[in-house]
Amino acid sequence: MARIDVNHVRHSYLPNPQKDADFALREVHHTFEDGGAYALLGPSGCGKTTLLNIISGLLHPSHGRLLFNGKDVTNLSTQERNIAQVFQFPVIYDTMTVYDNLAFPLRNRGVPEADVDRKVRETLEMIDLASWARKKARGLTADQKQKISLGRGLVRSDVNAILFDEPLTVIDPHMKWVLRSQLKQLHRRFGYTMVYVTHDQTEALTFADQVVVMYDGGIVQIGTPAELFERPRHTFVGYFIGSPGMNVMPVAIDGKTATLGSQRIELPGAPKASGAVELGIRPEYVRLGREGMAVSISKVEDLGRHKVVRAKLEGRDIAAVIGEDETVPAEPKVRFDPAGINIYADSWRVEMGA
Amino acid sequence: MDKTWNNKAWFLVLPVLVLVAFTAVIPLMTVVNYSVQDTFGNNVFTWAGTEWFEELLSSSRFWEAMVRNLIFSFIILAIEVPLGIFIALNMPKKGWGVPVCLVLMSLPLLIPWNVVGTIWQVFGRNDIGLLGYYLNAIGIDYNYVQDPFDAWVTIIIMDVWHWTSLVVLLCYAGLVSIPDAFYQAAKIDGASRWAVFRYIQLPKMQRVLLIAVLLRFMDSFMIYTEPFVVTGGGPGNSTTFLSIDLVKTALGQFDLGPAAAMSLVYFLIILLLSWVFYTVMTNYDAER
Repeated sequence: MARIDVNHVRHSYLPNPQKDADFALREVHHTFEDGGAYALLGPSGCGKTTLLNIISGLLHPSHGRLLFNGKDVTNLSTQERNIAQVFQFPVIYDTMTVYDNLAFPLRNRGVPEADVDRKVRETLEMIDLASWARKKARGLTADQKQKISLGRGLVRSDVNAILFDEPLTVIDPHMKWVLRSQLKQLHRRFGYTMVYVTHDQTEALTFADQVVVMYDGGIVQIGTPAELFERPRHTFVGYFIGSPGMNVMPVAIDGKTATLGSQRIELPGAPKASGAVELGIRPEYVRLGREGMAVSISKVEDLGRHKVVRAKLEGRDIAAVIGEDETVPAEPKVRFDPAGINIYADSWRVEMGA
Repeated sequence: MDKTWNNKAWFLVLPVLVLVAFTAVIPLMTVVNYSVQDTFGNNVFTWAGTEWFEELLSSSRFWEAMVRNLIFSFIILAIEVPLGIFIALNMPKKGWGVPVCLVLMSLPLLIPWNVVGTIWQVFGRNDIGLLGYYLNAIGIDYNYVQDPFDAWVTIIIMDVWHWTSLVVLLCYAGLVSIPDAFYQAAKIDGASRWAVFRYIQLPKMQRVLLIAVLLRFMDSFMIYTEPFVVTGGGPGNSTTFLSIDLVKTALGQFDLGPAAAMSLVYFLIILLLSWVFYTVMTNYDAER
């Protein structure tokens, strides 16, 4: 297990990258702490898999360095880095038994057969496949195969980190939940450093202590699920996390007041914002009632646990979340809960100020 | 539920039935018919019973040709399958090299069989052939017209040149269908080059290999055109395969009865051996 330092890493798939747009990974500088559970979250093409493959050594970065426990591993091969990786589609050696699949990485490294046997049996217990040991791996279900992929990483006790590249994509929904909680358990019991790539926010938020949100080849925010929810550093994080995403609307700021069309919104502080200024508020902090700013309702979606109200405020779409038992008043108006207001200048969050 | 019977569907199948009848069933039945009769021409046939079969199965000429066929097919498979896999493994997987290699590989397959025979017949000649002339020029006594061993070597090299591409293309198709993740996982597991071949590439190629082996076996066992053009079955009878023998009997001597009996036995042997190959390879698959 190791602390992983990603030092100013940039990567381009082109031979001669010139401008920023040529880079799949613009610049990442971050430390993954030893024993941490991290999720790399972002839309397709944001560079999260590139970053993962750079950590595992399947890719060598165009610029920057990578340290495991302070030791430079930038030029080491995947094998020398001693990491485990689970891919989107289960990779199993289908002519081998489950047991031999797990023994494979150890036998390749010349581990004595007695140790192989002990480790494989331990791992089979960990991934709950002990009764399948002698079965051919090809006959298993997708989630069992994915567990074998994971097991081939766990079987090496000295792995520096376990990396997951959207590992639950081909798993049935109810098994996803089971596998995810098993992963959490493994993490708690054995303290592996885990990095988990996904574009599914639920997966990321439930799996990780720290979620790294990536957008357009760079990291836009790193934080706990609560931080990402309450204080998105970038409007992208606001949109991407939460369902529905954050309401973002252009405003003009004057002291402690924001002006949205003909409406005036009192702010908890006086932010110093210049450039394109926007106000962001999560639907959970939009209060629907008889006072405030007038809106016209376009749709109410009943999700069972709560309702999502789609409305227009000053000609802009806005979403609000209300309780399952609440009703929409005849002349609906909205207020913004000051605790949920964030101000953005050129898409980046600015502090509220005093 | 009421089921409406509509016999019109038979009309849709009819053209194929007629076609197959004329191209396969009727000729096959004619052969069966000939094989149990004797004729001296003029369309006069007399019943011969199993006479031709008995004669055939006790003739050393037939068994010698058969052994030649088996040896030939064995050598061909032993060279073309490993060589084909080896070439497929070394072909580029992306970039401009892919179309170049594919076209080069397809070229021998596009040449008509008799032309392939003619090419090698000329190529190997001692007087004007590039191969024959220069082999002799550097002191190797090579003459496929007189030496049975040289004749065999020529025919085998010709077949390898002609048909290895087929194995290559089939294996290549199997190889490119393997997702990158398998190779990446193998790297992470520390697998050697051999282990990657043994546990990833070979299992994924298995189905296409089965097809390749079957096709190459059937084709090589039925080989006719190329040796006929190159050596005409000689020197002596050294390259007379079953098919060449068959044509000699049927068309050369016009012995329709014996030739028909021989065709049937030949057909049954190919059927039997193909079935054995198929069963062995699919069972092996299921067992694993």
